[in-house]
Amino acid sequence: MSAPTQSEAEIESRLTAIGRVADGIRRFFDGDIWYSFKSSRIAVVAGIVTLVIFLAALFAPIVAPSNPYDLATLNLLDAFTAPAWIEGGSSAFLLGTDDQGRDMLSAIIFGTRVSLIVGFASIIFAMLLGITLGLISGYVGGITDAVIMRIADVQLSFPAILIALLVDGVVRGLLPPNRHADIAVWVLIFSIGISNWVQFARTVRGSCMVERNKEYVQAARIIGIHPILIMLRHVLPNVMGPVSVIATIGLAVAVLTEATLSFLGVGMPPTQPSLGTLVNTGQNFLASGEWWIAVFPGFMLATLVLAVNLLGDWLRDALNPKLR
Amino acid sequence: MSLAGCSRMTSATIRHDEAPHPKLRVDGLKRYFDVSPPWLNRVTEGRPRQTLKAVDDISFAIEPGKTLSLVGESGCGKSTVARCIVGLYRPSGGSIAFEGVDFASLRSRAAQAPLRRRMQMIFQDPYASLNPRWRVFDIIAEPVRAFRLLRGKSEIVRRVDELLRLVGLAPRDGEKYPHEFSGGQRQRVSIARALASNPEFLVCDEPTSALDVSVQAQILNLMKALQRELGLTYLFISHDLSVVYHMSDSVGVMYLGRLAELRDAPALFAQPLHPYTRLLLETIPDLDVIGRRREPLAGEVPNPIDPPSGCSFHPRCPFANERCRSQRPELAPVPGGAVACHAVAEGRLAPDD
Amino acid sequence: MAAPQPLLQVDNLRIEFPTRRGTLLAVDDISFHIDPGEVLGVVGESGAGKSLTGAAIIGLLDPPGRIAGGQIRLDGRRIDNLPYEQMRRIRGKEIGAIFQDPLTSLNPLYKISRQLVETIRTHAEMSPSQARARALELLDAVGIPAASDRLDAYPHEFSGGMRQRVVIALALAANPRLIIADEPTTALDVSIQAQIIALLKQLCRDHGTAVMLVTHDMGVIAETADRVAVMYAGRIAEIGPVAAVIKQARHPYTHGLMGSIPAIGHPVEQLTQIDGAMPRLTEIPKGCAFNPRCPEVFDKCLSHRPDLRPAGGSDVSCWLF
Repeated sequence: MSAPTQSEAEIESRLTAIGRVADGIRRFFDGDIWYSFKSSRIAVVAGIVTLVIFLAALFAPIVAPSNPYDLATLNLLDAFTAPAWIEGGSSAFLLGTDDQGRDMLSAIIFGTRVSLIVGFASIIFAMLLGITLGLISGYVGGITDAVIMRIADVQLSFPAILIALLVDGVVRGLLPPNRHADIAVWVLIFSIGISNWVQFARTVRGSCMVERNKEYVQAARIIGIHPILIMLRHVLPNVMGPVSVIATIGLAVAVLTEATLSFLGVGMPPTQPSLGTLVNTGQNFLASGEWWIAVFPGFMLATLVLAVNLLGDWLRDALNPKLR
Repeated sequence: MSLAGCSRMTSATIRHDEAPHPKLRVDGLKRYFDVSPPWLNRVTEGRPRQTLKAVDDISFAIEPGKTLSLVGESGCGKSTVARCIVGLYRPSGGSIAFEGVDFASLRSRAAQAPLRRRMQMIFQDPYASLNPRWRVFDIIAEPVRAFRLLRGKSEIVRRVDELLRLVGLAPRDGEKYPHEFSGGQRQRVSIARALASNPEFLVCDEPTSALDVSVQAQILNLMKALQRELGLTYLFISHDLSVVYHMSDSVGVMYLGRLAELRDAPALFAQPLHPYTRLLLETIPDLDVIGRRREPLAGEVPNPIDPPSGCSFHPRCPFANERCRSQRPELAPVPGGAVACHAVAEGRLAPDD
Repeated sequence: MAAPQPLLQVDNLRIEFPTRRGTLLAVDDISFHIDPGEVLGVVGESGAGKSLTGAAIIGLLDPPGRIAGGQIRLDGRRIDNLPYEQMRRIRGKEIGAIFQDPLTSLNPLYKISRQLVETIRTHAEMSPSQARARALELLDAVGIPAASDRLDAYPHEFSGGMRQRVVIALALAANPRLIIADEPTTALDVSIQAQIIALLKQLCRDHGTAVMLVTHDMGVIAETADRVAVMYAGRIAEIGPVAAVIKQARHPYTHGLMGSIPAIGHPVEQLTQIDGAMPRLTEIPKGCAFNPRCPEVFDKCLSHRPDLRPAGGSDVSCWLF
């Protein structure tokens, strides 16, 4: 890694808080990661696609032509309109409408938003749980490590769908039926998150065991820094590389799992449809010729997952010093 | 005298005399590691528990302002001694006393902190000893903050600037990250961090063995200058006898977890007694004698998990006899220190051999 | 006296590394030769380009590094531009290699016997049993005790020193005329280092093998080499007979290097030190690369780069001579 020579002014500028932020940004765009990103065409395309989808989902109320949840704007007469470029299509509904007369494009944008919210939330949950357990396991070692890792092994033998069905079943049994729709999103986040923490925990544990024997950690131990602080200040920042790779690929997996669950009917309810719910609704009409209701959400899902996955692959290569 | 603690007998005399305490006294230090195979393998394959005696009954003392070096080949336990002293490993036996205060008598982290502040460590690998994500300023300031030595940002900045200058770096280097420095400069940062808490005693674990020779000379000169200016006491760990010669007042030669010879540096280099010390000195290439042919001693360091009986050096020792194979020699006084060798004690091995 | 043709002749070798911040010149126009049966020591600090030079000679330069100019001749035949397959045949048969870490030279999955027999049979017409007998001879020659019992052991069953002996046996298997030894003793304990150096010396004398010994350790050079090349920042600072370079170092860098090694029996309060560090390849100064650290620097050093010229018994690239 070559370091550019710094002028006095640049070094001075680092002393102020704003200077430090600016310096951080400058370092990023000067750094190897950004260079590697720029020089990978796949990464740039995947990055742009991902960014467009994220922005569309984030600003869904502004971007989408209509609000698919606003029942007042729905007109059953518009139902089953074909996409705009097909005979019978209307320029008002670019990707056609569903059985309720909803604009598919708007439904997809809002559905992506729901999918991404669930995906992000569950992966953050998995990350927090996994990093915490992984750090404890790797740093403390011994019996604690053995117990946590055996739990992880057991966890791995239960697929996300099984856990989601289990949690969903339990929750449905405990709560009155009118509350089911409200808690659906939490059930999803919990069950997808709980089935993804193991990867984080294993990676963090491995990196942590490497880092904890490095001399900079020993130097911190000698001056009596509390183990928890050592983990947070010294070890954690140095294990974030692999974690970011897993989180990116994990996001794609989480979105896909959410779609699967929703498709199977244990995920998001039709009142707050995610991409999976939309595909599920649409597949009823596949046989009757209204293919667009299922295909467009499905295409969106595939694009999103593929783009995020490609980004994750690139990130893994970029952070792997052996391949650099 | 640093050799006062080389055997229990002499250390006892010191206590009776009420002489001032040495800076550091290590007495009968032991550190064992459990290297048994996992439980399941032990049960299914009937394999026994195994213990690695990394450090086995080592005693020495270091006087204020002096340097004691421990030399030996990899696996001899010298780094384990260093790590026990700074508290990274808990000793399995024996005692470590700093200015007469036994660490074992201080149970809690908080009770040990005042002593820990006064002894710090310099590590071998300048690439692993600095956190790559931290700025040099924060690395050096960490001990200052941890021991709450100074309060207020400006005071800490002043202190870090002073430390950077002390080790030959510029104050603005504090804003850089470790990867922007060369190996020698990183080692300077490492030294600055070790000095940040105003210690009196430094444990230096192979501080120059990862550096190029011209940089090694810079670091050794710096360490000597710091010792003079700040009155530091060093425990110096190295496998390089020429570096040890340059740095030390006294030298302990370790072999398989035990001290083979513990003597004043001039005496040891002028007249090595233990056959292993002689072997080590033999192996140093002499730049004055070009193309020297030598017959190096055969054999390698045995497996430390299963050390030889008696004197652990006997399989490689040209002077070994029956007694060496069965009875372990203890350190016995000789001019300028002590040697653990039957052949020397019996006079079978003249110093000039 | 008609000079015999050198075994290895390197002329104006340049090695480049293309990077995103421009192309780095890691080895910059170096020339030297090795005579048959001669031991040439190559010393220098990490990053001086000494290992790259060795790798270029055996055609094992790691990409993206590449030879950007110059010629390498073995017995007068160019070998720097050979196709991979031809170079592979030369490697092992005519040029052997010993690296710092014996583990990287041995395949952990195969028995020692298999690796030795394969190497022997690649380069010589032999039946498997003949090759096996030869393998045993080699292990005996490199001083592995009870060689016949250990022939069928795996690399991990050997200690570090023994492994390095096996690597030497492997390098000698085809009776090469040149061995490139890159830091062969650095990973070993001091008492083992001496054994390996003595072994290498004896074998080369017995077989008449020439050696290019790459190391950072002046002591190893003093004991082993006939001639020494001192490298600094990709160039040869000084090259000459070992006695001349070590005892009467001409180049200020060599001189400083020798002074910075603590010598037993010569107590000094301060070691001679060369201030600063070798420049990064991105920041090699104009003129003589050593000029920022040189105690004897003058105007010419800042602008013009010195080439190797005879001085005393050696060739020195310094404007003082």
